[in-house]
Amino acid sequence: MIASRRLVLAHLWTAFIAFAAACVLGAWQMWVRSPLRPPLATPENYFLSVTAHGSAMAYVLTTFFIMGFGYYVAETALGRPLPRPRIAWAAFWIAMLGTLLALGTVLSGRATVLYTFYPPMTGSAVYYVGLVLVVVGSWVWVGLMVEAMRRWKKAEPGRPVPLAMFATVANAIMWAWTTVGVAAELLFQVIPAALGLVQSVDVGLSRTLFSWTLHAIVYFWLFPAYIAFYTMAPAAAGGRLYSDTMGRLTFVLFLLYSLPVGMHHLFMDPEHSTGFKFLQMVLTAFVAVPTLLTVFTITASMEIAGRLAGGRGLFGWIGALPWHRPMVLATGLSFVMLFFGGGGGLVNMAYGMNAMVHNTSWVTAHFHLIFGGTVVIMYFAIAYAIWPSLTGREAGSFTRQRLQLWLWFIGMMVTTLPWHWLGLLGQWRRVALFDYTNPTIAPWAPWVIVSFVGGLILLVSALLFVANLAGRHVPALRALPPRYAQSHHEASHVPTALNGFGFWNAAVAVLMLAAYGWPIAQFFVEPSPGAIVHRVDR
Amino acid sequence: MASEEDVLRTEIRWSYVVAGATALILGAILFAGLARGINPPSNLERIDPKTLHLTGEFAEGNLGTRVAPNGDVTVRIVTTQFAFVPQCVVVPTGRRVTLRFASPDVIHGVLVAGTNVNTMVIPGYVAQVHSTFTKTGDLLTPCHEYCGLGHSQMWAVVRAVPPDRFAADAEGRANCDRL
Ligand SMILES: [Cu+2]
Ligand SMILES: [Cu+2]
Repeated sequence: MIASRRLVLAHLWTAFIAFAAACVLGAWQMWVRSPLRPPLATPENYFLSVTAHGSAMAYVLTTFFIMGFGYYVAETALGRPLPRPRIAWAAFWIAMLGTLLALGTVLSGRATVLYTFYPPMTGSAVYYVGLVLVVVGSWVWVGLMVEAMRRWKKAEPGRPVPLAMFATVANAIMWAWTTVGVAAELLFQVIPAALGLVQSVDVGLSRTLFSWTLHAIVYFWLFPAYIAFYTMAPAAAGGRLYSDTMGRLTFVLFLLYSLPVGMHHLFMDPEHSTGFKFLQMVLTAFVAVPTLLTVFTITASMEIAGRLAGGRGLFGWIGALPWHRPMVLATGLSFVMLFFGGGGGLVNMAYGMNAMVHNTSWVTAHFHLIFGGTVVIMYFAIAYAIWPSLTGREAGSFTRQRLQLWLWFIGMMVTTLPWHWLGLLGQWRRVALFDYTNPTIAPWAPWVIVSFVGGLILLVSALLFVANLAGRHVPALRALPPRYAQSHHEASHVPTALNGFGFWNAAVAVLMLAAYGWPIAQFFVEPSPGAIVHRVDR
Repeated sequence: MASEEDVLRTEIRWSYVVAGATALILGAILFAGLARGINPPSNLERIDPKTLHLTGEFAEGNLGTRVAPNGDVTVRIVTTQFAFVPQCVVVPTGRRVTLRFASPDVIHGVLVAGTNVNTMVIPGYVAQVHSTFTKTGDLLTPCHEYCGLGHSQMWAVVRAVPPDRFAADAEGRANCDRL
């Protein structure tokens, strides 16, 4: 078992408890939106629940999982103890305090602003301060990841940083960049408004700052899934990683192209000209590149495994893969969801077509499929894979693990495919109660009920996941960490540019200046008339 | 087993596919944007949320549908917690219509179901979209951005009528009551 197991487990349990609670809320929300109207279905409760669901999933599940997994990778991939474990614990408690403050305020009904804030609507300052503390905890983690890599490089001069750690540090650095936008919005606009220090807010600026964070944060969530694709899935399948270099290139491209693209969330906003929307749309298209490279490299790695296992012919290797292994199964299901979710994303990014789907259920469907589907199913697989080395026991039998993964996949499809369709029909987002007597809305009813059933399947899967982790009855055959995939051709030397981040940081700075320099500066050159703060906490 | 050169060659071939796919996607969007004139609302026009209801185009008397002497049709709507003012607007089909929105309070959003009308309404800015309506009937026009607890009850109607039933008064006003 690994040395920092208590630290890792503290993070993962926090993440998964928040996740399970948020799944309960999510299923209830679908019930409210359906014509079946559950008890307690008031707008107050609904929007409180949406705020809690979003905050728990987007900020707590993700941040804690990624921090915990980062510590795990730093110890296991580098093969040396984590630097400064006490500081890591301090960061955990800071983030935990922030979580309790933020979620407590939401549950008390004094921060029903949804997890994307929407100033000039303003809730209790405690909510925003809580979220800032979560981010502060994660910043400490960023520093520890960079330090762990630096110490290792010093001890092993000239050797390539193991791919799993290289990717983790890429994510840490990307996260540091990502949080600048939302931190500036909270610290300079939202919290002063919540404290009553200012009476108006420049909403154009706050939306622009939030957009800085909004795309890259999703890639922050996505990184662990990609780390599993590159370094865990090929090994679990009994094969090798097709190309280590391609992995490094992919992670570097994510770092570059996740950031200067956030304005694609503002296509329908009046505070920006078409020029910058267009520029960021073009840069968004480049985000498809690392994803397509990954699809290729991972498929090729799986083919190696399938052929080693005796698969023949053009497609015979697929059937020969060890699908009974949870990591392999999760990777397959994740790719299917990536196919649908990525296709939907192409519509969102298309600038003109976006008008058809903006703020409809199509968008909700898209990010649930990409994040909740493609990404979270890999969080499950990672947890199952590393659980024995953390606790000394399996997280349930393989059969129970596979059942849970299948339920999640089916639930996600049953929930989100109808949402896509409803979005095209014009169903808009963030509505508590639909008037099903309206002739435009009435035909939606059966589809909303189908997606509610999907929500229930997801809830069963989420509870089964937690039960699998907490189950004590299956002793592990192995207490060693799973080994990371070997590269097809061992990377004995890699170009310096792909063994560190100095150059890439400079490139990100240049891209961000080009993409966001003027769009942010315009609010200072020609300030907009402010919007009056609207309090929701009194 | 493939050699290192084989791996490299296959990867380079795949990168051509990736470049081709990306170029194709961008090309389609560029074509739609440039050749078809499909652009998102981006007029960058500032307006003070505190005073917009007092004077100017968003004062109450000027809201709704107006036909200019040259025949241009413009619809002006104020989006506010939790109503559209006016709640019903009338537009002719088959003619280019300009819709202008402004908010005195928080962020709202508007879409007209079954059309390409979709925009955020950000306090401090005028949101403007153009559309040519093709379907007749009462089109559902909800607020699509969370704006507070009454958000779900915030919706309007765009009444699209055939050109021969669309009539404006001497001042160029057209409204739902007159139909
Ligand atoms: Cu995005
Ligand atoms: Cu509204």
